[in-house]
Amino acid sequence: MPESITKEQAKKFYETMCTIRCFEESVKHDFLNGEIPGFVHLYIGEEAIGTGICAALRDTDLIESTHRGHGHCIAKGADVNRMMAEVFGKKDGLCHGKGGSMHIADFSVGMLGANGVVGGGYNLATGAALANKMILKNDTVSVVFFGDGASNRGTFHEAANVAAAWKLPVIFVNEMNCWASTTPYRTTTAVENISDRAKGYNMPGVIVDGQNVFEVYQAAVEAVARARRGEGPTFIEAKTYRIEGHFVGDPELYRKKEETMEIFHRTDPLKIFPTQLPEGVEFTQEELDQILAGAREKIKKAKEFAVACEYPEESEFLTDVYAD
Amino acid sequence: MRKITFSEATREAMAEEMEKYPECFVMGEDIARQGGIFGQFKGLPAEFPGRVIDTPISETFIVGGGVGAALAGARPVVDMHFADFIGVAMDEVFNQMAKVRYMFGGQARIPLVLRAPDGLAGGGAAQHSQSVESWFIHIPGIKVVAPSNPYDAKMVLKAAIESDDPVLYFENKVLYKETGEVPEKEDEVPYEIGKARVEREGKDVTIVSYSIGMKNARAAADLLAKDGIQAEVIDLITLSPWDKETVINSVKKTHRLCLVSECVKQGGALAEVAAVVAEEALEYLDAPILRYGAPFTPIPFAPTLEKLYRVYPEDLVKGIKGVL
Repeated sequence: MPESITKEQAKKFYETMCTIRCFEESVKHDFLNGEIPGFVHLYIGEEAIGTGICAALRDTDLIESTHRGHGHCIAKGADVNRMMAEVFGKKDGLCHGKGGSMHIADFSVGMLGANGVVGGGYNLATGAALANKMILKNDTVSVVFFGDGASNRGTFHEAANVAAAWKLPVIFVNEMNCWASTTPYRTTTAVENISDRAKGYNMPGVIVDGQNVFEVYQAAVEAVARARRGEGPTFIEAKTYRIEGHFVGDPELYRKKEETMEIFHRTDPLKIFPTQLPEGVEFTQEELDQILAGAREKIKKAKEFAVACEYPEESEFLTDVYAD
Repeated sequence: MRKITFSEATREAMAEEMEKYPECFVMGEDIARQGGIFGQFKGLPAEFPGRVIDTPISETFIVGGGVGAALAGARPVVDMHFADFIGVAMDEVFNQMAKVRYMFGGQARIPLVLRAPDGLAGGGAAQHSQSVESWFIHIPGIKVVAPSNPYDAKMVLKAAIESDDPVLYFENKVLYKETGEVPEKEDEVPYEIGKARVEREGKDVTIVSYSIGMKNARAAADLLAKDGIQAEVIDLITLSPWDKETVINSVKKTHRLCLVSECVKQGGALAEVAAVVAEEALEYLDAPILRYGAPFTPIPFAPTLEKLYRVYPEDLVKGIKGVL
């Protein structure tokens, strides 16, 4: 039975997706402008997934994110000013400038970190679920996000097997964006749907339209309820497409830009949001424009905050290697 | 004073820490039903129901799950079965366990102990006999300990569990069966990670070792004493961060240094000690540093060949006499 959605909830979904989009566009611009060190991986076009999943979670629930993690971080409720400062490598960033885009984390909202190692998050999320259920005896749920590329790591097998065997409260969220860096998933993977593999672990495998925030949300609500009831993990495969290159600056010599843009025009979750609204919920174009403008303003301020922040001082170089 | 085995000492440490910390648990292969392949967990499952967990053969989960459990607020101990199997979970050790605190700007706390039974056991051959501690002293963010006797086995394990940092605890398979004096709980002196101990004072040469290598160090010192040569014997106990001060102070007194361990000599854990003494105390040395360890070969099976892999006290005596 799908949960009924209020206008307020729908508005929140759209706001979050717009915030992610604006954050990514700003980061892309500033990276190409040479203002951001390292490398960044964008979530443009995939906003509905992180938004829909995290909307079904409590603040105390935990997520393990990926190198393409800005969207998850925003959707879980991280402060965008401190996020932007982290991407810029500044002292007031969420990780005091020590992590950057690929290792961004905000433990205060249950965001346990992006992971620079593809497929590095499954076991961490599953271990957290084990501790919460079996040792700390609470009903906290863990979520691990991963792409189709990461689904071919052996770490998935070990985590999925344990999660199912012990009915751990963990949700495997596969962002099926069709590309593992420069390699199309069909050239490396024999199954049509990654979620077909769920059956092999005796866990439900659900396919959702990753461009539809409401559909993602409903699947997440069900998976979270199942996890909290002690019935174990769920595999959610959200079908999406990686619109940007693997990283900002990727020349994308392995695919045609027109094809990507054609897909984006058809599936952009912001653009098609009005067509997906549940019955009884309506927005005027003006309302939607206003939400987008609000997000743009928020990110503009985040950028200003990040630029105004100092870089970490030399005295912070050797702190936090150890706790003791 | 009462005498117990090394194995029993580790069991006592586990029981006392699990009693003290309700969030402390242990997982690994064959530890609950069997009590560990060396019997080191016997009795614990009955004493702490649900907190001694038999895992599937999934080393990346065992270590990665331990990291996730620590992130969630538990105080996990994970058992590697044989130290040789840590390699299966190397990413979890050096990219996750060791780095999450630093790269997330100090948000993470990883009170995790990884227990690793190591060393030659008579016919274990290439994949069940290794001493791999030197791999880990090259990794900032983790601590490495390797006690040599039952009392230290207990106190070092307790300190490792109480530490808020990840600790690799190497426990030698031959030492498990050895007995030694261990005071009653009320008379115990806590161990501080990072401290070496001068086990025997002398003026002619400093012998530094740890774990099973201490048997060679002690035996060589006994043999030298018969010829009137007084060796100072230092048990390093912690390999990272190691106690530079204690070693250098001893070298200043004896002017000679002899290092011995069971691991492969090339790039061995004590190579760092040799390098630092050469860097910082060369002027105090009256002779070249002596170093004893295994030849650069995988460990053979046949007893006639395995014996060639070992270091013997007579080797040290011969070398030391050659530089006096």
